[in-house]
Amino acid sequence: MASEPDRTEVVPGNEGMRYLESVPRRLVTLYLPLAIFVIVLLFPFYWMVMTSIKSNGELLSREGNPFWVIHPTLEHFKHLVFETQYPEWMWNTVIVSVVATFTSLAASVLAAYAIERLRFHGSKQVGLAIFLAYLVPPSILFIPLAAIVFKLGLFDTRWALILTYPTFLIPFCTWLLMGYFRSIPFELEECALIDGATRWQILVKIVLPLAVPGLISAGIFAFTLSWNEFIYALTFISSSEVKTVPVGVITELVEGDVYHWGALMAGALLGSLPVAIMYSFFVEYYVSGMTGAVKE
Amino acid sequence: MASVHIRNVHKHFGGTHVIRGVDIDIADGEFAVLVGPSGCGKSTLLRMVAGLEEISGGEIAIGGKVVNDTPPKERDIAMVFQNYALYPHMKVRDNMAFSLMLAKRPRSEIDERVNRAATILGLGDLLERYPRQLSGGQRQRVAMGRAIVRDPQVFLFDEPLSNLDAKLRVAMRTEIKELHQRLKTTSEYVTHDQIEAMTMADQIVVMRDGIVEQRGRPLELYDHPANLFVAGFIGSPAMNFLPATIRRGSNGARVEVAGGVTVPLPRDAAGEDGQKVIFGMRPEHLALAADGQGLAAQVVVVEPTGADTQVFAKIGGTEVTAVFRERHEFRAGEAIRLVPDHERTHLFDAESGKSLRH
Repeated sequence: MASEPDRTEVVPGNEGMRYLESVPRRLVTLYLPLAIFVIVLLFPFYWMVMTSIKSNGELLSREGNPFWVIHPTLEHFKHLVFETQYPEWMWNTVIVSVVATFTSLAASVLAAYAIERLRFHGSKQVGLAIFLAYLVPPSILFIPLAAIVFKLGLFDTRWALILTYPTFLIPFCTWLLMGYFRSIPFELEECALIDGATRWQILVKIVLPLAVPGLISAGIFAFTLSWNEFIYALTFISSSEVKTVPVGVITELVEGDVYHWGALMAGALLGSLPVAIMYSFFVEYYVSGMTGAVKE
Repeated sequence: MASVHIRNVHKHFGGTHVIRGVDIDIADGEFAVLVGPSGCGKSTLLRMVAGLEEISGGEIAIGGKVVNDTPPKERDIAMVFQNYALYPHMKVRDNMAFSLMLAKRPRSEIDERVNRAATILGLGDLLERYPRQLSGGQRQRVAMGRAIVRDPQVFLFDEPLSNLDAKLRVAMRTEIKELHQRLKTTSEYVTHDQIEAMTMADQIVVMRDGIVEQRGRPLELYDHPANLFVAGFIGSPAMNFLPATIRRGSNGARVEVAGGVTVPLPRDAAGEDGQKVIFGMRPEHLALAADGQGLAAQVVVVEPTGADTQVFAKIGGTEVTAVFRERHEFRAGEAIRLVPDHERTHLFDAESGKSLRH
């Protein structure tokens, strides 16, 4: 077999038409907007870090530079971890997010595959209905959901959140995975069908391995949404020991009109770290998951 | 191995009648090629044999057993897809072993069968690679290897060569034919390329608009096309057609072509005096004639291919092609005279398109 030349190598480098753009032009059209974007995006993060490591005295002082810290301290973190129930909130958030994410993913995989590939009667309408369900805002849904949670006797337990989060996670993940499954050539499944695979084997051995980027991006999304969820957690939970981080920080670290800014920011910082770490690990999968396409 | 019988098969997609009563018999060990323009239903028919499409009416039998309601995996067939459909996340070895693993065959048997198929196709060095690391031709071969490994009753090919470049296509064509001669597995092969059909088939089935126009051995179709469509479809360059009229008089039966020129009617041709017909001549059955003989033509373009010379000319208002083994240097606009090999001309009824030769 004669090896076929790699056609991309014919053009040296991958500069493309970039030679047409001068350096000053690139500065104005590319780097400057990019810099502004990055600053706007990262400044809140910076402010959070600065505030969380300032002593209360320095925080409230009108002297000095508000954008810098002179005597950094970890007293807020110490207060947060040892004098509040923050570790418990964190643990609750982890449990609720992980369980809700995995159950939602499992349900979404089955739903998306069925809608996209089994082509049953009315599959299109079901797909649309699921999307419409996603459009109903949680700020309306929490009232009927609260009634259900209360009737089921789940009020003020982690189960209240674990069971209600999928109401918005499943529609979203299903929608995302439907798009991803659509990009997997159906000949692969037909081939597997002829090879003797059952529907279940096709799903497990062919479709899911190919949909890993899609699963990861759906998973990250679901995890982030449940990690940051506020309204349901605020409504369905009242005891401090079952609160999640977003609710716990707001309800327990603001006393009347006194804002414990240092502890608030430290809590927010610690709370945002797991999500940031997840994103950084899976960013490549995440991007390819959003753009779809299985390449043979 | 097994024979395949397709009896009065119909297929509806919603309100569209795609396959309209097709009968095909493929003998045990035969290589049958379904050929036709896109949208003629040939791929749909193949997919019905594979069990990937439901059969709306009629019967399909593999090895004497009607398989209408049999799921694909129980039909004992293997299919090679146009885009190869290799599992991208599996190595070549696992791609080939997949069906055997699903069938829970012992590891030693799987290895032996995969290795044997790999040897047949020269894939030995590629077993540990992923499909994305292979060239188009190699992928094609893996797809065939995957089919061979199963040792099925019937091979189904759905335009397997159309994603390859021209040179590779010719090479793979020969390879598939050799493979068939070696394995003698009943094969059904779908293509839109009539050259593939001519070169590979034991039996060609020409389809159009969901019906079979003609089926038979390749040269049978070439020499005796049943109608205008088959005549125009089989053969490259395509057959020339001229509108004509049959004249049966005292000086024998003749065909009057545009411009009043007449040529002798082939002996076995039917048709009555004055009947409007289409006169067909294959480009390779045209020869140059001396002044006053044959049909007057005006050269439009000359294309020397090296092996032969293709001359595009106009007879009356109709463009015709002639292929000469010898080299000729005509200028555009030059007047030449062409004479067909009378006994190898074709005659079709102008209305029905049916052949008037028997």
